[in-house]
Amino acid sequence: MLALFLRDLRLAVRAGGGFGLGLAFFLLLVVLVPLGVGPEGAVLAMIAPGILWVGALLACLLSLDRIFALDYEDGSLDLLATAPIPMEGVVTVKALAHWVTTGLPLTLIAPLLGVLLSLPAPAYGWLVLSLALGTPALSVIGTFGAALTVGLRRGGLLLSLLVLPLYVPTLVFGAELVRRGAEGLAVGTPLALLAGITLGAFALLPFASAAAIRINLR
Amino acid sequence: MELVVEDLACARGGVAVLEGVSFSLAGGRALVLRGPNGCGKTTLLRTLAGLQPPLAGRVSVAPEAIAYAAHADGLKPTLTVAENLAFWAQVYGGPGIGAALEAMNLGELSGRQAQNLSAGQKRRLGLARLVVAARPVWVLDEPTVSLDAASVALFVAVVRRHLAGGGAALMATHIDLGLKEAEVLELAPYRAQPRQNGAFDEAFA
Repeated sequence: MLALFLRDLRLAVRAGGGFGLGLAFFLLLVVLVPLGVGPEGAVLAMIAPGILWVGALLACLLSLDRIFALDYEDGSLDLLATAPIPMEGVVTVKALAHWVTTGLPLTLIAPLLGVLLSLPAPAYGWLVLSLALGTPALSVIGTFGAALTVGLRRGGLLLSLLVLPLYVPTLVFGAELVRRGAEGLAVGTPLALLAGITLGAFALLPFASAAAIRINLR
Repeated sequence: MELVVEDLACARGGVAVLEGVSFSLAGGRALVLRGPNGCGKTTLLRTLAGLQPPLAGRVSVAPEAIAYAAHADGLKPTLTVAENLAFWAQVYGGPGIGAALEAMNLGELSGRQAQNLSAGQKRRLGLARLVVAARPVWVLDEPTVSLDAASVALFVAVVRRHLAGGGAALMATHIDLGLKEAEVLELAPYRAQPRQNGAFDEAFA
């Protein structure tokens, strides 16, 4: 499983692997918002948590269809299915590799972009914490969507339609956590719910993803 | 390790293509499947490899003992030959890649990215995966596609070594491999009979 994890990371950073694509998209989106909304600090500060979270979510969505599509096309997915790794392990490792190549860089760069949106000072810690807790759920849920659409021609759009509604709870509680942090309110509830969604997704979805892959390979 | 298949029926896309397939393959033996295009060779091999469930019948060997090689080689274009093979060696926890590179004459290419290989070289790399997988039963779908005569001879030598080590090999192929000891199974007689249910509508049944 470690071998698969390292292979996926290596493929992501080699030419054409798509690493940095989501990051660049996130950067552009956040730079464009002040241009569209205007430079008013108070307005930007109010919408910053939502913009940063929506941006992270869309950036994550960009690379989802690559999780299984390339392996399906070149036949590796068939070979992985017959290899001595359980399919549940394969999908979990692929979700983790996706998080390390998209969610983690987004989490690390978000505070810098918060400055562009004049995010209030107390919110930075909560922004990093909320993304660190929430983006793994985006990867796991996205892997499930990718597993459902593997083998479909032009499945990317369908994948977005399937996955975006499933992202709603993470978005709501993630952005709420940052907003409450910015205003100095109690953050316990959204923090617990955000962590709960991530843990629940990690516990349950690998089984669903593995079943979807097995059926799609038949 | 004996592969016994009894009364196996398998389907492709919901349509039965083969039924009543029975054969046995002992360790050290090779069996070549033959039959016209579309007669179900690939479907049978995918069923044995555990990629799809059989409609009926029994297979004595679990998919965990089978190394499957499909039409596609599963190579990553941006990884080198050695990296591609080392990945599968780690996944299977088998021997190192040195012997496999040697066996398929890939030693000189080991630092080359897979996207820069010719079709035949890619095929040789795909087949080298079987050596590092170190599983007793090889199930191979058209293993010699795009191989030249010298590479086919190389491949046959690798298969013979596998058989000598007590392994078994089941191959679907159209060409004569020069593997004289291999038995041949003609699949055409096992073609599934079309069901006499013309009014049957799957969607509204």
